[in-house]
Amino acid sequence: MSHSSGAPDAALPGSGRRVALFATCLADTLYPDTLRATVRLLERLGCTVDFPHEQTCCGQMHYNTGYREHAATLARRHVAAFTGYDAAIAPSGSCAGMVREVYPGLVGDSEIPERTYELSEFLVDVLGVVDVGAYFPHRVTYHPTCHSLRMLGVGSRPVRLLSAVRGLDLVPLPEAETCCGFGGTFAMKNAETSTAMLSDKMHHVLSTGAEVVSAGDNSCLMHIGGGLSRMRSGVRPLHLADILASTEEAPWAPATR
Amino acid sequence: MGSRNPVTWLGSPTFPRAARETLRDTQLRGNLRHATGTIRAKRADAVSELDDWEQLRRAGEAIKDDVLSNLDTYLVQLEEAVTARGGVVHWARDAAEACSTVLRLSRAAGASEVVKVKSMATAEIELNEALAAGGVSAIETDLAELIVQLGHDRPSHILVPAIHRNRAEIREIFRREMPDVDDSLSDDPRALASAAREYLRRKFLSARVAVSGANFAVSETGSIVVVESEGNGRMCLTLPETLITVMGIEKLLPTWQDLEVFLQLLPRSSTAERMNPYTSVWTGVTPGDGPREFHLVLLDNGRTSTLADTVGRQALRCIRCSACLNVCPVYERTGGQAYGSVYPGPIGAILAPQLGGDMHDPHAASLPYASSLCGACFEVCPVRIDIPEVLVHLRSQAVAAKGRSAESSAMAAASWVFGSHRRYEAAQKAGSLARFLTRDGRLSHLPWPGSKWTDARDAPVPQAESFRAWWRKNRG
Repeated sequence: MSHSSGAPDAALPGSGRRVALFATCLADTLYPDTLRATVRLLERLGCTVDFPHEQTCCGQMHYNTGYREHAATLARRHVAAFTGYDAAIAPSGSCAGMVREVYPGLVGDSEIPERTYELSEFLVDVLGVVDVGAYFPHRVTYHPTCHSLRMLGVGSRPVRLLSAVRGLDLVPLPEAETCCGFGGTFAMKNAETSTAMLSDKMHHVLSTGAEVVSAGDNSCLMHIGGGLSRMRSGVRPLHLADILASTEEAPWAPATR
Repeated sequence: MGSRNPVTWLGSPTFPRAARETLRDTQLRGNLRHATGTIRAKRADAVSELDDWEQLRRAGEAIKDDVLSNLDTYLVQLEEAVTARGGVVHWARDAAEACSTVLRLSRAAGASEVVKVKSMATAEIELNEALAAGGVSAIETDLAELIVQLGHDRPSHILVPAIHRNRAEIREIFRREMPDVDDSLSDDPRALASAAREYLRRKFLSARVAVSGANFAVSETGSIVVVESEGNGRMCLTLPETLITVMGIEKLLPTWQDLEVFLQLLPRSSTAERMNPYTSVWTGVTPGDGPREFHLVLLDNGRTSTLADTVGRQALRCIRCSACLNVCPVYERTGGQAYGSVYPGPIGAILAPQLGGDMHDPHAASLPYASSLCGACFEVCPVRIDIPEVLVHLRSQAVAAKGRSAESSAMAAASWVFGSHRRYEAAQKAGSLARFLTRDGRLSHLPWPGSKWTDARDAPVPQAESFRAWWRKNRG
């Protein structure tokens, strides 16, 4: 934690930026490692990272399932929690997409949507870095999640970031842009159709021979990884942030619990 | 409205229930994987040839939005122009009115048989069934539509309604249902097409009445446009003495200049062609050339009420190209019949429930949920219908129609928990107790409704400590 305290280095791309971690309820509860990785990465790049404790859930699940009023209540809460920061950064395309694309129609005028970024967008567009100094000596394939791709339009940013990681062998994923079948409550309401989509996604992941399947959303990775785990496939789901936070000095290692 | 809107099929199971069956149909899965994969790639190529595709989409959107906001003006203009050129315009509030109009006109023309150009509007109102009940048989002349009809089957795709059938099945259908077909008919596509051609040729030559739909109607001149690939449409539109066209009221374009945009958008999106093989345009009647009588039935059937919904109305921009079906990962796996409507796929999931107008119907209410909201449909839609936006909007209507349910209680509870970070953190702590359900670092069996997840996937392993708890301890 050598970068976690003290004065930020003025030469770093994130120096002088005070940013808020938009943790997402899913990662806060189930993937805290990804969030610690996100914080390490942002601090390594010079940002001062804060965690607004008032945040809970952005309301996406309620909104997408048809509970608009509940979603609006949660959205107003979220806006209040993130007011006063230069930027809110989420290691999630769908939660960032919810705030940026849906909030304006849900809660009206606010600066929060335009100040909300998906992680790869913030790194490439705001900090202007592609090589974040990461080291990850593994064979990786990347699944571009639907909302990061089509709602936010992150394009090639995640792949550019991964391509600059030392030691990383990036293998293209066939039919990468096809949905994995998660879709939030879709995976429960239409479980069998979701599973049919998942099986094709897993087939493509396995065809790459990669050790790790990465993505910018833990929700989609929870789905793909849940299937791969059930199959005892030996392929690990790992968030983009976990890979980008890994360095030669402190390489990524599986969590021990 | 007196009778039930047949846009959704009576007695259809909900989408998840229907999909459970169709997902098991290996033939269907194989056919669709191949067919949609091929057409997806071709469409992408056809679209990438045009530098101004995005501008064309925006133009298509703008023209249709203008039509929808000024429908009253353009419809009256169309009626005047058609009437001035010797056509007769009929207004139909719903399926029943449209069907009885067509039946009456067919009988008046002395027809016991009518030939049909492929038409979504007539399929939507179940015209063939209504005509049959009135003693008039309708003969579909589009090859795929004919296969569906002879097979006593239902369509599964907007453009290729028999996409779920393979050639061996088609041969069996032809051998069983076509009179005079050679029993040694092979399953070679050319032989099958020839058999259909011979069968249809006799129908074209004997029919006194043809029934068509319309792809577009140009209101400034009263001209009707049908685009097709097989030439069957041209036969129907020119040979019979009487032509009856059933057209949804949203199919209008103000001017011929607007048509130029759509004759680029439609074929590239639909069949991945630069231009479709046959484009037929007619205006009223022309003495000595083509039909002597032309009737235009303008169909509402739920369109006006759809228009009243400011979010949902964009579905009326649809030009029935089926690009959204071909890119949809749900459609590719379940097939079209699982949607229980003549309009399947993403557009069907927003159009059928709106036209049907009854969200209390469990089948209709299940359709907006038949999507993972991946957004591939919006990306390819030539008139930029934001299908995910409308799906979510209609989900709200489905929730409102359903009232209190186990789901709504769970959602309210979740909302209450998320309404305070303290309650939320307490819930996280309680949830971490589920760690004791894990075995060998895996969580493979959850009780209902979690079982819907763990039937096919392991669940994420609950964490001893949430991120926020860790942060407060170490950084707060």
